[in-house]
Amino acid sequence: MSDREPSRMRPSMALLRKDLLLERRAPEAVPAMLLFSVTTFVLFHFGLGRDTVSGQLAAGVLTVTILFAAILGINRLFVAEQEEGGFDGVLLAPIDRTALFVAKAAALFLFLALVEAVTVAAFAILLLGPSLWPALPGLLVVLALLDLALAVVGALVSALAIRTRARDLIVPIVALPMLTPALIAAARAAAPLLNAHGAGALPTKWLAVLGLYDLVFGLLAYAVFDFLLED
Amino acid sequence: MYGKGLRALSLATFAAVTATFALVFFYAPLDADQGFIQKIFYVHVPVAIVTLCAYVVGAIFAALHLRTRDRKWDLRSYVVIHIALIYNILGLLTGSIWAKASWGHWWVWDEPTLVSFLIVFLLFATYQPLRFSIEDPERQARYASVFAIMAGAFVPLNFVAVRAATAFVHPRVFATSSGGLPGSMAFVFVCALMAIALLFALLCSYEIAAKQTKWKLRALRRRLLGADAVAPLGRSAAPALGEPGRRAPSAGGRASHPAEAAS
Amino acid sequence: MSALLAAAPALPLGEAGKYVAAAFVVFVAVILIYVAIMAAKLQRMSRELAELNAAVEARERGEAARAEQAEARR
Repeated sequence: MSDREPSRMRPSMALLRKDLLLERRAPEAVPAMLLFSVTTFVLFHFGLGRDTVSGQLAAGVLTVTILFAAILGINRLFVAEQEEGGFDGVLLAPIDRTALFVAKAAALFLFLALVEAVTVAAFAILLLGPSLWPALPGLLVVLALLDLALAVVGALVSALAIRTRARDLIVPIVALPMLTPALIAAARAAAPLLNAHGAGALPTKWLAVLGLYDLVFGLLAYAVFDFLLED
Repeated sequence: MYGKGLRALSLATFAAVTATFALVFFYAPLDADQGFIQKIFYVHVPVAIVTLCAYVVGAIFAALHLRTRDRKWDLRSYVVIHIALIYNILGLLTGSIWAKASWGHWWVWDEPTLVSFLIVFLLFATYQPLRFSIEDPERQARYASVFAIMAGAFVPLNFVAVRAATAFVHPRVFATSSGGLPGSMAFVFVCALMAIALLFALLCSYEIAAKQTKWKLRALRRRLLGADAVAPLGRSAAPALGEPGRRAPSAGGRASHPAEAAS
Repeated sequence: MSALLAAAPALPLGEAGKYVAAAFVVFVAVILIYVAIMAAKLQRMSRELAELNAAVEARERGEAARAEQAEARR
């Protein structure tokens, strides 16, 4: 009985460890996403013509930047599997194929968390008007839920797109509309936290919407992922 | 799903649409605050409702395809989503006209149904490019079904999120000066809804009938004139059920597997 | 009915009518475009069917001619 629990998670953990190891040895996704985010902040400064942002504007700039940076990561998520026969490996191994989905979603989540640790700090320094500290706990909750949405939808769309001809074109046009409710909820939830006159309360309505999104898409993606891996 | 039912369905649809037009202009009372402009709603709202339901139906057909592996369900799912996309555009156009008539702008952000309609359109507009980019027909059908299921689940979630995000929701446009929804307006609305839904079913039936006829013609041509007389279909986003084992060219996805390339 | 219309329009009828007409025209236009595309497909299909029919008749005539020749030789 006690053997079953760890053995169910072991394939996912193994796959996850492999991805983390690959990224640590030859970092490509995380630095790229980081650079992209910071560059985007600079672009926003010039594009919006503002030195500081606060409130809804700040929440919007931060969440949209994270979303676009995530697209970079999503594009690259299954490239190693596609090019080195990883899909065949998962199909041949006597494991539940969904383990690949769990591992990839977890990897993306961790990459995003890492990127955000630096990005949010950069945002606070470069563009954010009010102080970050009072907003931080609430912001971490919002970003955690957003990352979960990005991870789940990203892993599925990435797997969907990787075996098509136009893979990096398909990812943004499919993932961005699909992530719109998550973006709406995250931006609306973060807005009162970044208020110019002191952080407001975390709106639970929007956290509930984000949570619902994560739940529905998480379960659905988990259920349909198998069908993507059949050949 | 073609042949005999089609004529009856066409007649019923024609009758329903004509009757609805007549009712809208000669029977339905005027709305209290929108006045004559409100008549647009008898087209716009049924189209919107049918579109969203159609997307969900497309998702259900896609799930049936994955469950039964019968490619007929993929065909039905494809056609339903295809026609729903056309309806989606129609809904956006009529919604935009209504916005211009009511507020003088061709687009308004504070009408949540219209906004979520746009987002749904942006998502489902990727359905065909996605299908087109996968050459192996079996994989195309499978991946399209996975997409359709996710997108179908997306529709209600998106509506909830956008509605919650919209600051000021305009008052619902179904009321006369005496307040509330009068029976006559409700009646006309239900007629309009049925007519639009019938029209949708009719368009789907025509699409499927046209496709099946095309495949039968090709098969006939192949039998009579030999396999060489029939030009291959080439890449397409649409499912092709009648073709004899279409395989993807080797430059497609399959050969990139090292196992395949090695053999 | 005209009394009703004159009594409570939100916009002067000329303007409002323009937009309502536009909406219904768009609706009918989209349907008509679809019908036109379907009609074109149907035409193409019936042309092909006629071609195939001609091919069948030619083949049958050919077979009938050969059967006659075989009869005549006997």
